[in-house]
Amino acid sequence: MTKPLHIGFIPLVDAAALIVAVDKGFCTEEGLDIRLVREVSWSNVRDKLNIGLFDAVHLLAPVAIASSLGLGHVKVAIAAPFNLGINGNAITVSPALHAAIMDEIDGDRFDPLVTSRAWARLVAKRRKAGVEPLTFGMTFPFSTHNYQLRFWMATGGVDPDEDVHLVVLPPPFMVDSITNGQVDAFCVGAPWNSIAVDRGVGHILHFVSDILERAAEKVLAVRQGWSEENPDVVTSLVRAASRAAEFIEQPGNRAEAAQILAQPERIGVDAEIIRRTLDGRLKISPDGTVRESSRYLLVGRQAVGRPDPVQAAWLYAQMARWKQTWVSPEAIKTAMAVFRPDLYDAALGTSGRLLKHGAIGAFAGPAFDPRDITGYLASFEIPRRLL
Amino acid sequence: MSAEPSPKIVIVDESPIRAAILEEGLREAGCSSVVRISGMQSLLARIYALDPDIIVVALENPSRDILEQMFQVSRAVRRPIAMFVDQSDAASIQASVDAGVSAYIVDGLKKERIKSILDLCVFRFNAFSRLQEELDRTKLALEERKVIDRAKGILMRLKGLTEEEAYGLMRSTAMREKKKIGEIAQSILTASELLK
Repeated sequence: MTKPLHIGFIPLVDAAALIVAVDKGFCTEEGLDIRLVREVSWSNVRDKLNIGLFDAVHLLAPVAIASSLGLGHVKVAIAAPFNLGINGNAITVSPALHAAIMDEIDGDRFDPLVTSRAWARLVAKRRKAGVEPLTFGMTFPFSTHNYQLRFWMATGGVDPDEDVHLVVLPPPFMVDSITNGQVDAFCVGAPWNSIAVDRGVGHILHFVSDILERAAEKVLAVRQGWSEENPDVVTSLVRAASRAAEFIEQPGNRAEAAQILAQPERIGVDAEIIRRTLDGRLKISPDGTVRESSRYLLVGRQAVGRPDPVQAAWLYAQMARWKQTWVSPEAIKTAMAVFRPDLYDAALGTSGRLLKHGAIGAFAGPAFDPRDITGYLASFEIPRRLL
Repeated sequence: MSAEPSPKIVIVDESPIRAAILEEGLREAGCSSVVRISGMQSLLARIYALDPDIIVVALENPSRDILEQMFQVSRAVRRPIAMFVDQSDAASIQASVDAGVSAYIVDGLKKERIKSILDLCVFRFNAFSRLQEELDRTKLALEERKVIDRAKGILMRLKGLTEEEAYGLMRSTAMREKKKIGEIAQSILTASELLK
């Protein structure tokens, strides 16, 4: 048994593989002694990893990249040997905003192109009437949520920096904030969308998998230097997490997995609500309407665990698109090198050739090519003339 | 402290007592402009309105993520730099995280000045933690004391012992079983509940 590892996480369903790996004993079987520490903010998770108080963390994929590039904070090289989740977020809007968007809908209300245009028309009307822009909550400046919201809005013709207020809120505070009117909508991971629907204060407008078919969400992150000093520990961690991810995806194990995640010191909400996320069967309206998606949150299917550097490049492109950084060939290389399929393969004896799955799959814009990020971004002028 | 104008400091903390302890310390150190705020509602707008040079926030406060928005380049405010004044100063960083406090500092302040303020924050946060621990220990001790008294009463009644004998019996049992006397007392209470 090695010395205990301290691993930080935020109470979200996409920490499932990590939590189950520990609580189901898979880590112990790999010879690891893990202390899971529930954290209150992504800033804490990042900082405690950076200074070595945590050995590994459940982390927003873009934060791992931002840290490695020194964006927004100190520069610490991060390695992500395991991808904890693909997709899993949703956009939830208040009942009033939902009704207003539905009034503008012209087509399939689950088609993000249709909703983004409806939203743009609503924004244009509100602006003409001289009313204050609406407020959307998201979880962190460097977050998939931020980029997913922006991608969706911008496609319809809404400038996320001009036409709305985008504010950061920690996930557990989203539901209260939409209840007291501090935000009109939010993009957050599970289980918080479902809780808003259950309380009658929100409608799930979109699963983010409507917007992007496949987007890396959270990674298991370690300091790059640490990964070099502790290769065996990294291998054991990847094995335990991978086993847990597969365990969770077996329909027969879902009830048990949901039960483990529901514990107060883990996510601390009803197992039934967690189960909805794992099953991809979500109540989307307070009236009980249910919507299903086989891609809502991927944990242990379709080679999710294997970090895909193309995903890292796409996230980097979003940072550049929204002026958090600028495109440079060295930075692209650094961003892609954060995702470490080599460490994953070394631990599990897999190889990339056999695990090819399409990347991104956005509902609008050209296919993403990491070799031409500048060209890709040039195609994304926000069509302001619509407003 | 030097004659340069005192930096404007905002303390973001949900613990009013700790915030007050910190404010007092800062004022004693010559920082005359200290404002305490709490709650998440329009936090950024309130901070922008105060336009502080230094923001001190508890690590346990989830609002930290909200503050991260201040680092976005598109913001039309003075750009604060992170809690880590100097990346190479690992000891200060460790001390501040251990104490559970972080500070965001606007670029341009003198390093020594920042360091002395940060050290003060760390010191006061640690002092508060010690107070809190002491309070918790006292509470626990009081609880344990009550349990022991009740267990003593039960022994006296059931075995016809004097108070001293009852206490002595619990203590010798505790020593023999390598347990705390409080645990033995608790077992007596549990057993007597079961046997009622």
